[in-house]
Amino acid sequence: MHEVMLAAAYLLASLLFILSLRGLSSQTTARNGNFYGAMGMGMAVLATALAMGDLSVPHVLAALIGGALVGSFLAIRVAMTAMPELVALLHSFVGAAAVLVGLASFQRDGPEVTSHAVLLSEIWVDVFIGAITASGSVVAWAKLKGLVGGRPLLLPGRHALNVVLVISSFALLFMSMGAEASQAWIYVLVMAVIAAVLGVHLVVAIGGADMPVVVSLLNSYSGWTASAAGFMLGNDLLIVTGALVGSSGAILSYIMCKAMNRSIWNVVFGGFGAKPPATTKKAAQEGEPLPVHEANVAGTAEWLLSAKKVIVAPGYGMAVARAQHAVREVCDILRDRGCEVTFAIHPVAGRLPGHMNVLLAEAAVPYDIVMEMDEINHEFCDVDVVLVVGANDIVNPSAETDEDSPIYGMPVLKVWDSKQVVICKRSRASGYAGVDNPLFYNDNSAMLFGDARASMDGLLQELRAA
Amino acid sequence: MRIAIPREVRPAERRVAATPATVKKLISFGFSVDVQTGAGHRADYPDEDYTAAGATLRDDVKALWSDADLVLKVEPPVAHPDLDAHEASFLKEGATLASFVQADLNPDVIDQVKARNATLIAMEKVPRITRAQKMDALSSMANIAGYRAVVEAANVYGSFFTGQITAAGKVPPARVLIIGAGVAGLAAVGAARGLGAEVRAFDTRSAVREQVQSMGARFLEVEIEEEGETKGGYAKVMSQAFIDAEMDLFREQAKEIDIVITTALIPGRPAPKLWLADMVELMKPGSVVVDLAAQRGGNCELTVPGEHVINNDVHIIGYTDLASRMPRTASQLYGTNLVHLLDDLSTDGTLELDPLDDVVRGAVMVHNGADPSWPDKPEKPKKAAKPAPQPKTASAESKAATPAKAPAKAAVGHGSHPTDEGAGGKLGVWIATAAIAGLFVVWAAIRGGSDGASTTAGSEFVQHLTVFVLACVVGWHVVWNVTPALHTPLMSVTNAISGIIVLGGILQLVSEGTFGLAGWLGIAAVTLATINIAGGFLVTERMLRMFRK
Repeated sequence: MHEVMLAAAYLLASLLFILSLRGLSSQTTARNGNFYGAMGMGMAVLATALAMGDLSVPHVLAALIGGALVGSFLAIRVAMTAMPELVALLHSFVGAAAVLVGLASFQRDGPEVTSHAVLLSEIWVDVFIGAITASGSVVAWAKLKGLVGGRPLLLPGRHALNVVLVISSFALLFMSMGAEASQAWIYVLVMAVIAAVLGVHLVVAIGGADMPVVVSLLNSYSGWTASAAGFMLGNDLLIVTGALVGSSGAILSYIMCKAMNRSIWNVVFGGFGAKPPATTKKAAQEGEPLPVHEANVAGTAEWLLSAKKVIVAPGYGMAVARAQHAVREVCDILRDRGCEVTFAIHPVAGRLPGHMNVLLAEAAVPYDIVMEMDEINHEFCDVDVVLVVGANDIVNPSAETDEDSPIYGMPVLKVWDSKQVVICKRSRASGYAGVDNPLFYNDNSAMLFGDARASMDGLLQELRAA
Repeated sequence: MRIAIPREVRPAERRVAATPATVKKLISFGFSVDVQTGAGHRADYPDEDYTAAGATLRDDVKALWSDADLVLKVEPPVAHPDLDAHEASFLKEGATLASFVQADLNPDVIDQVKARNATLIAMEKVPRITRAQKMDALSSMANIAGYRAVVEAANVYGSFFTGQITAAGKVPPARVLIIGAGVAGLAAVGAARGLGAEVRAFDTRSAVREQVQSMGARFLEVEIEEEGETKGGYAKVMSQAFIDAEMDLFREQAKEIDIVITTALIPGRPAPKLWLADMVELMKPGSVVVDLAAQRGGNCELTVPGEHVINNDVHIIGYTDLASRMPRTASQLYGTNLVHLLDDLSTDGTLELDPLDDVVRGAVMVHNGADPSWPDKPEKPKKAAKPAPQPKTASAESKAATPAKAPAKAAVGHGSHPTDEGAGGKLGVWIATAAIAGLFVVWAAIRGGSDGASTTAGSEFVQHLTVFVLACVVGWHVVWNVTPALHTPLMSVTNAISGIIVLGGILQLVSEGTFGLAGWLGIAAVTLATINIAGGFLVTERMLRMFRK
């Protein structure tokens, strides 16, 4: 295929990718956006394969079909609650592919590769970021799936360890400049292993509920690694696409961090949530817990039936209990009875940016009653009943009032402004941040203990009977 | 700060600026509240309830005013009939008064307030922006007036609203025409539909068509295309050709309908004459005209403001106090608007007027005894960084200003973006600059370190860098537009797109006609990347299919 044709195809593919992200600006255009993305990808692959000549086509075809089958299988089988795991796993594939491409490039360019400083550094960067992404994502996947505990693992001197790993990677780069190709081949492999260790170490040190940030960050890395591959291979489409993905992940990380009132460095290096802060004054009262109002299913149903306006604030607990369908049915009944029901979504609810929105959409909740925190936070004062389903830290008033609290300053849903708050929760244990939640002791709060799914099903029966 | 709630002076005015419920809220903000004895009497809020809510009752009007730092009223202050002085002259030096003002109808108010070196907040001037919807007293009152207009019409109309088939014969439903589908018009549509009437509505702004239809009314149109909506969501003056067509439509309608409710107002102008004398003549005897624009001269030529007249056997109702005729709810809603306003403008019970706040800039008519002069708003940084999508946000805002719920909600999402974007944009520029500088330093170091490297590799690198940086900027702007609800699909679609690394794999397959180790590594990379591509796009499609209204 002529080079100009290839360039034109690449340009078109870049535009389609931009349109694809643009489409996601609203729910109505989002599906078109996805289609544009797929078109752009098809065009880019086809054009590249044709430009490479006949020899590669059968191999490429075989690899494409194999990959497509596996990918489709994963996509069709995954439950919406397991979406975070899948996303993390897919990130690791991109990272691994980038490492392989980097190594292949190293091998292909033959013995002279070590004399091209620019090319060599580009390979280095590509493999380095790729390996971090791959190994880090695998750990993130394992954490999300529950194979590894959510608590951060903090090695002594972990910051120093990180610095040593980074410096040794770059030392290997300088050592391989001008070295024998066979020698440099070993160096690059060693560097890949070091980067992989770094990736693992970075992610094990981050707590379970910081996962939205970590996954966004890995999303960003997977973009940068594609960009690095583009530099290495002199391919502008890879650079452009990688940059799009990289900035997208960076923005998501930024939004998530802002929603938790923490800096990105604090998340990446902080080991936040490792131990419950034992120094706060509440710890002293631990011996005799403050009384909470306990609600039962029948009482909650009664409150809901007499309410004119209800807001549901879901959290990760709803996802864990897979209670979204039951929640939706409860809302349907209330809405049929003329009650105004809306959902309030905190930006970091769940384990993925926008996780709650997807779960609610899966349960067929219309998206126009699902509100962002900023849209709805001032409305709580007019609300009769707020149903908190499996959320804790994101409805903790101490983020606003208690300066000693580790989550002080984080924006939260002001559920306590409403007339009655019902908190569906398995136990009175504190949330991921290890912070006691004074909301539970308010006079207008009532705890509905039990599994969210069981509570919602019970509620549903009561409401149907009414 | 001390808030005073005086009793409204005009005997016909039954509303009050605070109810026991809103008094409670005001006190919770840190204010202390004085209420004139009997202030809520005509709105059915007894004095005891105010006391129970924590307010202090005061008998002496003059003292009530002059002790207060902030006076809340419904109507503009007028000359007090018993005390022989203008109400506003009781204001303490430097105090603040919040009420409806309508300066063009009550020019003396501004002078009086200025004479007291005081501050005047005009409730009808609160801008129609998304954030200020909860303080929009005009809309609250218009909603009530629209509802009440139907009730007044039903009161004098000599038949059922809903159609009935009885043993004694068939009664057709009342046919109601609503002119102007703003807040009042839509409330009237709802109330008339609720009573069972057959309702049609007319408005020059085609954007309201869906809102009218969603409430079960027919939307009438003329066959000339002209958009009647201003940037703020209000109606504007139309061309002559349009008006002629409109009049023809109305004459046709006049023969059919039983009740017409006119709500057409253009801000700052006398009400347009839409229902002319000859249309009244065309109407059936016993028909009703309710003119909500009576205070500004009326939409109907025969309206007598404040009166119910019968002309040509047609009832023409020109009451100017429709909201005041439902004083209990009107007071509650108006009081809540004030509560929201003070929630925004005060901290710990002290009024703080931020000169950069759009609400303050819009609603404050007199500031410390002088015409307000506000500093220029600092340009937001995003304007420089992001010229293209800016107007979009603005148009979304203007849609928000139309009264119906649906577009307003849609716009809230847009409205919340720019602030994030401003902060994010700054961060982005910063990161990009740092990244570019860093890459150049690295590049320079490498070039300097190895003379053997060819210059072409260097210049190519710079070219690629250019592409990279530009792509980052594009990505940054496109992604900020993504709605937060779609962040998970965004991740999975970018996941799929980052499978573009597949190209890297394909490019490795062949080197000089042989298929070596590089080829096999490439094949592995292609397989992994394709898992991503297929998995990412499919799962995104699966998710997006679930999002529906």
